[in-house]
Amino acid sequence: MTTVKTPAGEQAGGLTGAVKSRLQQLLAFASLVVIYAFFSIVSPFFFSYGNFIAILFSTVVIGTLAIGTTFVIISAGIDLSIGTGMALCAVMSGVFIVNLHLPLALGVPLTILFGGFMGLVNGVNVAVLRIPPFIATLAMMLAAGGLALVLSHSTPIYFTDIAGYTDLSSGFLIPNLPNAVLILLVIAIIAGVLLTKSVLGRYTYSIGSNEEVTALSGIDVRRWKLGIYAFAGLFTGLAGVMISARLGSAQPATGMGYELQAIAAVVIGGTSLSGGKGSIIGTLIGALIISVLNNGLQIMSIPQEWQNVILGAVILVAVYTDRIRKKEA
Amino acid sequence: MTENLLEVEGVNKSFPGVRALHEMRLDLRSGEVLALVGENGAGKSTLMKLLSGIHTADSGRFTLGGEPYQPSGPRHALTLGISIIHQEFNLVPHLTVAQNIFIGREPRRARVLLDERRLNADAAALLDRLSLRLDPRTVAGQLTVANQQMVEIAKALSYEPRVLIMDEPTAALNDAEVGTLHELIRRFVRPGTGVIYISHRMEEIKRIADRVTVIRDGEYIDTLDAGTASTSDIIALMVGRAIDTGARPEGVRADRDVVLGVEGLSTKALLTDVSFELRRGEILGFAGLMGAGRTEVARALVGADKIDKGTVTLHGKRVHIGNPADAARLGIGYLSEDRKRYGLLLEQDVKANIALSALRDRFTQAGFVRDGALRTDAAERAGSLHIKTPSVDQTTKLLSGGNQQKVVIAKWIAKACDILIFDEPTRGIDVGAKEEIYQLLNELAAQGKSIIMISSELPEILRMAHRVVVMSEGRVTHVLGAAEASQENIMHYATLRPDENPDDAAELGLGEQKAGHT
Repeated sequence: MTTVKTPAGEQAGGLTGAVKSRLQQLLAFASLVVIYAFFSIVSPFFFSYGNFIAILFSTVVIGTLAIGTTFVIISAGIDLSIGTGMALCAVMSGVFIVNLHLPLALGVPLTILFGGFMGLVNGVNVAVLRIPPFIATLAMMLAAGGLALVLSHSTPIYFTDIAGYTDLSSGFLIPNLPNAVLILLVIAIIAGVLLTKSVLGRYTYSIGSNEEVTALSGIDVRRWKLGIYAFAGLFTGLAGVMISARLGSAQPATGMGYELQAIAAVVIGGTSLSGGKGSIIGTLIGALIISVLNNGLQIMSIPQEWQNVILGAVILVAVYTDRIRKKEA
Repeated sequence: MTENLLEVEGVNKSFPGVRALHEMRLDLRSGEVLALVGENGAGKSTLMKLLSGIHTADSGRFTLGGEPYQPSGPRHALTLGISIIHQEFNLVPHLTVAQNIFIGREPRRARVLLDERRLNADAAALLDRLSLRLDPRTVAGQLTVANQQMVEIAKALSYEPRVLIMDEPTAALNDAEVGTLHELIRRFVRPGTGVIYISHRMEEIKRIADRVTVIRDGEYIDTLDAGTASTSDIIALMVGRAIDTGARPEGVRADRDVVLGVEGLSTKALLTDVSFELRRGEILGFAGLMGAGRTEVARALVGADKIDKGTVTLHGKRVHIGNPADAARLGIGYLSEDRKRYGLLLEQDVKANIALSALRDRFTQAGFVRDGALRTDAAERAGSLHIKTPSVDQTTKLLSGGNQQKVVIAKWIAKACDILIFDEPTRGIDVGAKEEIYQLLNELAAQGKSIIMISSELPEILRMAHRVVVMSEGRVTHVLGAAEASQENIMHYATLRPDENPDDAAELGLGEQKAGHT
């Protein structure tokens, strides 16, 4: 990868300020292209439209979680509960739609709102009770994982008889583009616009830059932090729907570990864990890098264990280059 | 010519895009205090970083005690005999005084165990030698700012340096504390040692320094004899132009309407029965020593700290201010002395900072930000306040202290605040820019804004305030008009200690009240 980074750096040196500030995203994107090109060369099976869509398809769940949690991380918070929270939302979707026989048009929004409610609880713990986000969401992570098992009696809930549920993920509203991918793209655009153009987005950056300054500037930080966690929770709810639609069932015991993959995607995409900086496009690229790596390494028959080792290394390289770049600036 | 302890000659240092130092020179004589002055950005801190081994010069020569001086890093600089006390403290707040002083070279037993007893004994001996009345076992974070500064000095002196460099050592100290610090410096300076003293405060420099070296725009300008050079000479050399320092408050009138009334304000921590009035178009100075409760009044007024007792009336109506959001809604803006921590989003651009408070009032529609209007408005405000920045897209931390302060001012004006509380408005701002801030405050008052100006610099209070509220130990001890205020009577009321001294209590008419309370 080093061979390609040098020209990217030189090129950026001569570019305008607006582009310079997007350098981390460009770097991440360049890395994505390089990794993609690498697998295309070493494996005859990698480069195809089918595999391209497969990669996008496998990005949907992590991508959805990562987009939501980008808001939390830019506000200098963290949310560890999104993995098991997603599992709980999947179970709730099963409860609403399979057990209570609610129609999809009602059950799906309710599930998403339930995710928002979990986020709101996180928000209350963080903003009102002033529990550090790491602890508050760690508690929620454990509680949500437990609740998912309790509510489902530790058995999967199957959506087999529910017409149209799996189509949410693998149906085709647009030919050759699975609905899951379409949904990911749509929510990415919505989240991107909200983050850059809405008051919520603007205050997310302000709070992450310096919470005290934002409060002293007359902004009701408590209320906005509640809003940020609740908003991010909606994405956890949606991810719960998407994963259960893909599997055709709600698996209560899964979810743990997804939060770390999502956080990894956010970090690879150039969002700072100390807050104030980040973007949705970066997060999307970060999530894609993880998917491409997993997909490519799998095609090359590299065992799962090694895939994780390589992912770990990629995270370190991504964060390290970001540090170097900041030092130079 | 006397022997030079430290010589700097022909030093150049550039950073990408910036020439920080050009043919810089400086000499420190053995046994002297040399003041180093220059505006922000003149190159003082770069020079300090070269001397302390944090950066390396591109070219030039350093000599310490006749030997070439080439520190490889801060640690090496210390062993070669140069100690630096930086403006920002480097104490670990959770460690004790003794642990802080000897951090990184703690005495040990059997190589692995810390010898806590010897550590404290050594620290006590050192503090005793410096005549500092500090307990080595106190946790550093619990000390007052002044005492933390003393610990920094004790730490620096524990290395027994030949050259001690102090960067703005008195920025957080009141006059009495400055006196203590100067005594310490005088005791340290003897043949074979020297002090470089960086400061913005001219009176202090004249009191402590033997000579003054002025630098400007990264270049050596001149070295003057501190005893004979006048303050205005020094300032003129610093800014490259003459500045009138005899200015007095403007627009002092008695017939102004009361805008804000504070009656019997008390907090659990400190404030006792604080009452005062703020009038329209007035600059109300708040004077007092460190810890007198001036900042606490401001924080209580904007709802950052909880009010225990007392009432606040705004335009004749009683108001409740529970948090800074309430205060902002009522048009009260607080400009903290610590702009970097409480005033600015340093990593964000200028326009984001200017629009922060007024975002929802003025620059949004249906929850979305109108970026075009926001940028136009921010650019206009930056222009009218003469904020020196290439554009409003500049990251705020790259601006100078004076321009950062103007960004904070612009933020509150955009919010249409008519009461502005300035806490140390010119702290960390260089002399030339100070005058600009003063003019800006006068203009704001002339436009009808009411200003509370908290300041530890008496010349600043006398230069600006229409009336002066003097505080001590959480109480208002007197309110003086501009005409009667002087350094002497302000200091008199600022040093009354009614809680300890019955005479002082009697002077304030507190004797009976106190008896009534108990």
